[in-house]
Amino acid sequence: MRRPKSLTPLFFLLPALVLMVPFVIYPVFKTIYLSFFLDGKFVGLENYKNVLLSSDIINLDRFPTKSPPWGALIHNIVWIAIHLPATVFLGLGIALLLRREEVKGSSIVKSIIFLGMVIPMIVGGLIIRFLFEEGAGVIPAIFKLLGIERLTITWTAYPETALFAAILGSIWIWTGFSMLMYSAGLASIPKDYYEAALIDGANKFQIFKNVTWPLLKPITVVVVAMTLLWDLKIFDVVYVATGGGPGGASMVLALQMWDYFARALNYNYAAVVAVLLTTLTLIPALWLIRRRE
Amino acid sequence: MIMAIPRYKLRKYIVSNILAWIIGIIWLIPFIGVLMASIRPYEEIVSGWWHFHPFTITLKNYINAFNHPMFPISQGLKNSLIIAIPSTIIPLIVAALAAYAFARYSFPIRHYLFAFIVFLMALPQQMTVVPLYFLLRNLHMLNTFRGLITVHSAWGLAWIIFFMRNYFSMLPTDVEEAARIDGATDFQIFYKIVLPMALPGLISAAILQFTWVWSDFFLALVFLQNPEKYVATQRLPLLRGQYFVDWGILTAASIMVMIVPLLVYALFQKYYISGMIGWSTEK
Repeated sequence: MRRPKSLTPLFFLLPALVLMVPFVIYPVFKTIYLSFFLDGKFVGLENYKNVLLSSDIINLDRFPTKSPPWGALIHNIVWIAIHLPATVFLGLGIALLLRREEVKGSSIVKSIIFLGMVIPMIVGGLIIRFLFEEGAGVIPAIFKLLGIERLTITWTAYPETALFAAILGSIWIWTGFSMLMYSAGLASIPKDYYEAALIDGANKFQIFKNVTWPLLKPITVVVVAMTLLWDLKIFDVVYVATGGGPGGASMVLALQMWDYFARALNYNYAAVVAVLLTTLTLIPALWLIRRRE
Repeated sequence: MIMAIPRYKLRKYIVSNILAWIIGIIWLIPFIGVLMASIRPYEEIVSGWWHFHPFTITLKNYINAFNHPMFPISQGLKNSLIIAIPSTIIPLIVAALAAYAFARYSFPIRHYLFAFIVFLMALPQQMTVVPLYFLLRNLHMLNTFRGLITVHSAWGLAWIIFFMRNYFSMLPTDVEEAARIDGATDFQIFYKIVLPMALPGLISAAILQFTWVWSDFFLALVFLQNPEKYVATQRLPLLRGQYFVDWGILTAASIMVMIVPLLVYALFQKYYISGMIGWSTEK
């Protein structure tokens, strides 16, 4: 590490600072500032109180006994509760399966599953809408075949199913990420670890529990943190699959922020939702940073 | 080959293969549906693309989406390209410079500055757009390509700095030291020695940044309001048709929009994957 006498590092950093200060850093602080004002007047925590108590964000009259809308924050939490374990375990399971030597064409299967990560999320959301459409879509047709009439509808059009259609579809999109990370992680575990465990007479489950899983822990941290960030920031998929509807039944925080900003033209409430969202993303972000150090 | 395998191994072989391929097919089915809906007339797919009688292949949906009377995808693809290319090159150069400073020099607040950049990587875009909207309006950059290019470039910096710093840190420094003894300036060393050595990293970063900018929807939605300027992703939700959802046009347009990142992925798979893994795991 060089300790320069001159201003050399500043010279290298300057172009980045020129772009980031006005177009990233200033807006972040200005958003925080805006969240404490209403119509140009300082109102303290009033906006936060109004937003958090509004049924747009948390709707305890309906959650959990009635069908959505439950409020954007609760929808994000439900999203995480379903999507996070599903993608982590699916990704790990598929990575373990495809690592087996006897599987032919495993790299093709891997590429197919990874496709969801490559396509634009707006296309992903559109495909989800298509999948759950009555008549043209596969999912209602499968339920028709199974004789479950209640689920032969266009899922994205009904408050009972819209949120779950988006969540299930997002599992299809995101599993490729966790599969890729676990595949890379598994490939980096030396073979002799397994041989040693086998010689010691460990069975398959013991090997997984005592060798594979602990060695994959750094990967799991990254996968869980990145998935949390993705779930919190989800926007495009919901925008195009359900539009947050019907009647807010699949609204999420990122889309609620856009709704306040572009439709209600309430910049201060939009700023409040943005700050809330950022605060929530800090949890996985800080966890990730601390784990790395 | 199978003949030499004992029976229990054969069973394991069959089970693993069937399971792996069923999963692969499940993941592929949505794409097959999109392809089917895009190349067949609406009447044939409206009650399920998996009915193959009759089966008529037509390019009508592609032509209609490409030349859509209100939101032609052709114009969208062009706009997306005009935005994505500079939004890849600018942050790549700027971030490489900054990343080099983080990787090779010690200076005051270096540690805090880098931690701040990691924090910015996790930031939701929602946190910046309200003030940015007014800033761009005051700069007369709202609704312009250069406005959106500026925002994309600034936004891409944090993760590319992080990624390239990791890459530079892994490179050996002895060549740089030797060049310094020979009297090369810091910038010459960076430009002539470090950048060429870091080429694989730069390619990975460029590919990911390009596909992310191409795939962006939110920033375009906020900063481009003139329908003529709409990028490809922005046009997609607008093609749904007036009285019914025209899946033919929607799926054809989807394929035209996603073909670009898919091609980038297919051509640069190695760089794409290593970028993806390196961006999120390496220290």
